[in-house]
Amino acid sequence: MNSLGELERTVMDLLWASGESLSAYDLQAKLAAPEASGRELAATTILTVLSRLENKNFVRRERDSRPHRYRAAAGREAHMADLMHEVLGGANDRAAVLERFVGQVSNEEAETLRRILAGR
Amino acid sequence: MVAAAITLGFVAILLAWPVPALLPGAQWAYRRPTLGLLVWQLVALIGGFSMIGSLVLLGAATFATDLPDAANGMWRFVTHNELPDGSSVWSLLALLGALFLTAHLLLNLLVTVVYAERERARHAQLITLLSEPMTDRPGTRLIDTPAPVAYCLPGALTSITVLSAGLIQLLDEEELQAVIEHERAHVRLRHDIVLIFFTAWKVSLPWLPTARNASREVALLLEMHADDNALNHVGRGSLARAITIVAEGGALPRRSELSAALPESTPKELRARLLRLA
Repeated sequence: MNSLGELERTVMDLLWASGESLSAYDLQAKLAAPEASGRELAATTILTVLSRLENKNFVRRERDSRPHRYRAAAGREAHMADLMHEVLGGANDRAAVLERFVGQVSNEEAETLRRILAGR
Repeated sequence: MVAAAITLGFVAILLAWPVPALLPGAQWAYRRPTLGLLVWQLVALIGGFSMIGSLVLLGAATFATDLPDAANGMWRFVTHNELPDGSSVWSLLALLGALFLTAHLLLNLLVTVVYAERERARHAQLITLLSEPMTDRPGTRLIDTPAPVAYCLPGALTSITVLSAGLIQLLDEEELQAVIEHERAHVRLRHDIVLIFFTAWKVSLPWLPTARNASREVALLLEMHADDNALNHVGRGSLARAITIVAEGGALPRRSELSAALPESTPKELRARLLRLA
């Protein structure tokens, strides 16, 4: 995974944690804090990351704000639920891009698997 | 040539129905998944070519008795719009059918590949934001969820293996290694490419029940193939325990909802995987 991806993640984490809209300068200050990344980043870099995230519909830009303020489009939990839904099933035929180790089964079936395991 | 067309048509029917109906569950394939996968790929490939080939030969038979003359005759038909005496509308329909079938299969393959690539990119974006890289294992990321999940997202350039915190908590070191080696085998052996051909096959011919069976069975054989590769690194016991523990799902948050929409590995397939480790 590239470093731009990691920067996107850090920015999203900050937006999720704050719960309100932030400007690139707010984010710049928060990123420079030692507990975030301790990195001094140019505001243009942060704006690039924000516009990438906006294109992917992870953040929304507030209209008419100067400087532009951004907020997370949905909470972390909502995205996580989407992800888990995809991973644990419910994916359609054409979207079978994941190669799962094992899918989950019902309680009764788990019992059968246990018996096979015990019998070996 | 008509005789050849009929023979090919017979092969096509054989490979479209009785053969793929008999193959699933074959123990020789479970013992040697590579052989099973080879047979399935041959069945699909030869099946497809004989389907198209028989239609082409049937259509060509009207133009001449041997293939070069027939090709010449067809070329004259295309360029000069001349049909030989005794040709029928049926032979033209057969040729049209061959053309349509070829275009249909190729188009569906293309659409399936594009669709899968888009899904993969979307999922990769999501996973970038929701997981952190594991510093001690390159190419592996950790998601913070109690459900024990492990999967990989194979890509043309980069493949991501994703493990959950719940998985790491439930498995011991060797069991975890079994999971990781299994996923690594999927990536290394490019199982995603084999799978996408069978997915496209299934999408192209949804009315053919054997196309559906084929993609399920091939997916299972790919799992067994990856299992076998994991066994080069870990013991059978560890792999078998890892499969059982992950299948049980630990403390899944939405258990009831999940069993309603059962994931790909059905109980029967899991049992088959587990039994061959016994």
